[in-house]
Amino acid sequence: MFLIHCPYCDEDRPEIEFSYAGEAHIARPQNADAISDAEWSEYLFIRENKRGIHCERWWHTNGCNRFFNAVRNTVTDKFIMTYEMGEPRPTPEEIEAARDDD
Amino acid sequence: MTTDQPNPYRLSDSGTRQISFTFDGKTYQGREGDTLASALLANGVHLMGRSFKYHRPRGVLGSGSEEPNALVSFDRGAGRVTPNVRATTLELYDGLVANSQNRWPSLKRDVGAFNNTFSMFFPAGFYNKTFMWPRSFWDKVYEPFIRSMAGLGLAPTKPDPDVYASTYGHCDTLIVGAGPAGLAAALAASKTDNRVILVDENPALGGSLLSSEKASIDGASITDWLAQTEQALRQAKNVTILTRTTAIGYYHDNFIALAERLTDHLADAEIGQSRERLHRIRSDKVILAQGAIERPLVFHGNDLPGIMLASAAQTFLNRYGTAVGYEVAVFTSHDSAYGAAFDLHDAGVHVPVIIEARTDIDADLRDSAAARGIEIVLAAAVSNCFGKWRINALELYTPINGKTRRIKCDALLMCGGWTPSLHLWSHSKSSIKWDDKIDAFVPGKANENASCVGACNGDFGLQTALEAGGRVAGGEATYTVSEVPFGRGETFRSLPNYKDVSKQKAFVDFQNDATEKDISLAVREGFSSIEHVKRYTTIGMATDQGKTSNLNAMQIASVAVKKSVQEVGLTTFRPPYTPTTFGALAGYRSGDLFEVERKTSIDSWAAENDAVFEPVSIWRRARYFPNGSEDMHAAVARECKATRTSLGIFDASTLGKIEIVGPDAAKFMNLMYTNPWAKLAVGRCRYGLMLREDGYIYDDGVVGRMAEDRFHVTTTTGGAPRVFRHMEDYLQSEFPELDVWLTSTTEQWAVIALNGPNARKLIAPFIDGIDLSPDAFPHMAVREGKIFGIETRLFRVSFSGELGFEVNVPAHYGRAVWEALFEAGAEYGIVPYGTEAMHVLRAEKGFIIVGQDTDGTVTPQDAGMSWAVSKKKKDFVGKRSLMRSDIVANGRRQLVGLLTVDPNVVLEEGAQIVADPDQPIPMDMIGHVTSSYWSETLGRSIAMAVVKGGFDLEGKTIFVPMPGTTHSAKVCNPVFYDPDGERLNVG
Repeated sequence: MFLIHCPYCDEDRPEIEFSYAGEAHIARPQNADAISDAEWSEYLFIRENKRGIHCERWWHTNGCNRFFNAVRNTVTDKFIMTYEMGEPRPTPEEIEAARDDD
Repeated sequence: MTTDQPNPYRLSDSGTRQISFTFDGKTYQGREGDTLASALLANGVHLMGRSFKYHRPRGVLGSGSEEPNALVSFDRGAGRVTPNVRATTLELYDGLVANSQNRWPSLKRDVGAFNNTFSMFFPAGFYNKTFMWPRSFWDKVYEPFIRSMAGLGLAPTKPDPDVYASTYGHCDTLIVGAGPAGLAAALAASKTDNRVILVDENPALGGSLLSSEKASIDGASITDWLAQTEQALRQAKNVTILTRTTAIGYYHDNFIALAERLTDHLADAEIGQSRERLHRIRSDKVILAQGAIERPLVFHGNDLPGIMLASAAQTFLNRYGTAVGYEVAVFTSHDSAYGAAFDLHDAGVHVPVIIEARTDIDADLRDSAAARGIEIVLAAAVSNCFGKWRINALELYTPINGKTRRIKCDALLMCGGWTPSLHLWSHSKSSIKWDDKIDAFVPGKANENASCVGACNGDFGLQTALEAGGRVAGGEATYTVSEVPFGRGETFRSLPNYKDVSKQKAFVDFQNDATEKDISLAVREGFSSIEHVKRYTTIGMATDQGKTSNLNAMQIASVAVKKSVQEVGLTTFRPPYTPTTFGALAGYRSGDLFEVERKTSIDSWAAENDAVFEPVSIWRRARYFPNGSEDMHAAVARECKATRTSLGIFDASTLGKIEIVGPDAAKFMNLMYTNPWAKLAVGRCRYGLMLREDGYIYDDGVVGRMAEDRFHVTTTTGGAPRVFRHMEDYLQSEFPELDVWLTSTTEQWAVIALNGPNARKLIAPFIDGIDLSPDAFPHMAVREGKIFGIETRLFRVSFSGELGFEVNVPAHYGRAVWEALFEAGAEYGIVPYGTEAMHVLRAEKGFIIVGQDTDGTVTPQDAGMSWAVSKKKKDFVGKRSLMRSDIVANGRRQLVGLLTVDPNVVLEEGAQIVADPDQPIPMDMIGHVTSSYWSETLGRSIAMAVVKGGFDLEGKTIFVPMPGTTHSAKVCNPVFYDPDGERLNVG
């Protein structure tokens, strides 16, 4: 069971307090009416399902009720960092600097 | 040896109490401190079970939790039978009862043993290849046959009356294994301010020390050193010692599950005492000191009772004072077996020969053997074993001259080297690497804050283990040790035998009955990945997870696939380390506590009034209220009729409720629901339809506008949590600029639905502050006021089509208000109704239940609810998807009503619908029945269904094929009753 750092509570809490909420940084298109079915289905259905460094969302369900973002290595299953909703995707350099799972 | 002695194979008197126990109905004597295995051996009983596939006679192979053969059923009476318990770990108590398994009618007369005679017909993959055709044989012939022949103990048939506990724990250092390395680590850690937990699966601390007589530590005998060490650790306030506790799984971030056995060793384990306790431990650091497991040698006949690991015989001798025989031969390729041979000899057992697979050994060993008069035969092998229930002779083979020789023996010890225990290490996803020096895998890089020390790290020897254990826990421990050197060995991928390979039965995996031949066959048949070889031969897949077999299997496979062992790799270990009871995993969550059950504040009234309940998501809801001996059909018909003609009362408290508040509340509602909200007046309600982003119906419910900036949202009973999450997700992730607060209020309100022409008359005398007249309080309106002096949000809504009110009061007033209304309703013949009548009433009106009439692929258009979708709003969740080509295409399944041609036929919900009943199977299915009831009001059955192109089929006949008959039905509009809604104003 993971220990997950909630960036809003600023605490490591056990996984049972959280729920997974899918891949992060998939913005809802602002111009939905103008885009093609193919572009819309890309937003709706296509996910990276990545082996390695993955940005994903978690919800502190049984805690502060906030959604936040996390960087996790899907190979080692290690959380590398977590950050607040709305913050930009960390750069590869930032992720590399935060890693201790290689 | 004298036969009148109770334990003819007992060599030493420990001074402990004699106790009696029963195995397969026969009573034996053992003594306190024995395991079932050591006590049976002391009685000369080696035959303890039958093997899994061939039903071959089996005795103990090991002496601890690695044991693959000696599995027994531990019987404490009804409901307290535990199958597949290892005799080597089952602690003896006075009166213990155990039985052998996988044999019928008895251990010595086992009908299934014919499998062994015909074993040439049972190679690897036999079941996969044989039980294929015909298809019709799968369920009736093959499966019952496989089930009766294969398998281990029988699952208990009675409920388990025992109680199981569970607890969470935290520490700085968790040490798994209390052998020399673990104890030294615990001693070092006890001197810091760390909180330490030391666990061991045995009843006593010491691990391998419990089996080694001849060593000494810091001048003290092993017994004395263990006593001093245990005392020091028990006195340390920062150390918790858990014995009889197995670390069963190692999970992320140093989260370890420990299963502690509390009462299995007690003669008087009362029901009510916790039998086991599951500890969930989070530790900063984990030290694994799990030791190593000896490997068998793979030779023809190596599974006969009496043949066992050398270390097991040494343990039975030194720890339990039991000789495994009086003529004990040894077959080895590792120095460590000599220690066992010498210990047995020194205890008075005759060791006729040590058969050494290697061509040379150290002079020390040769001299020690010579001094004892033990013959060593180098470069030799055991080529055959004799005896039916227990070995009585072996055949020694020397390939150099091709000679064989028969040697009498009553036990044979074997040692093919040592395998570091990497199970927990692997659970943690830490890497492993191959070590040529010891011919085994050892720990590689840690994936957690964890270390392996001692033998499980490939570091053998007592001093090595003690000092490594001390160091890893931060101490600078040095120990003065006198010990028998651990020595070294050599691994033989195959042992010489003059017999043709196809005639040999050399077991690799004893528990799953897989032989060397099976591995070679699997490779010949094209399985080159070790994971495939494992699944095809089932090696390592038994309940022992290949503790004694994996490495031998890898070595044999590596020869067959012509790769190195490191290229072949090791199969994955998974929790639990040893078989664990379901009780330990379930903990307190059994019986009534198996799942959380939510009850409304009115539930107790329903229970007192003979309601029949049903689960709805995790709520318990009244399904119907039978009068006397009424069945459901009669009760529901009566409840519906009373509601349509006078007055029904229904507990709707389980409806999900969310309060949406803030300056941007209406904007947010516009985005979350398909309907328009900006112009909804305060005090009015609207039916809201919620979609997922993919355009499919997600939830629905009536929403009341309490103020400009406040909405009272209701959701489906089961949908409340996911709707709340859906809303929070969009609010936080996509629309964070909106100033809105969401609060779940499901449990704050009790909701009493009153439906029927007399609903208004009933409440009118008790309402304060609300004008109930139809003009002032029309259908789909909400008012705040008081009922019986209690604050209420009163909705005029209807899920039945009749005049209806939903009385919301603070939850703790729920039952009081319900009872007051029920009492006052007597004058109108008020009837309480349950979910079943509620379903019928709503189906008569064609109202959908999300999740029943929709299934996650139904759009508002499909459900005939385009009217609920705003055409003007620029955006709402799901809007864009409603324009997708697949969604607007023809031929989608659409929600329609069905009227069976025979009005008495009530279709089965879920039944498939076809257009042509004469089409040969497989028929084209064009839809399915979603809701179907007997309508007492209409005097006939009604149904709803999703049917391909259903809107265009109105008036046409479709067919519902059922076993033995085919029903026909006409497609119709799903509003069966009062299509113009006039009933809403009757009363």
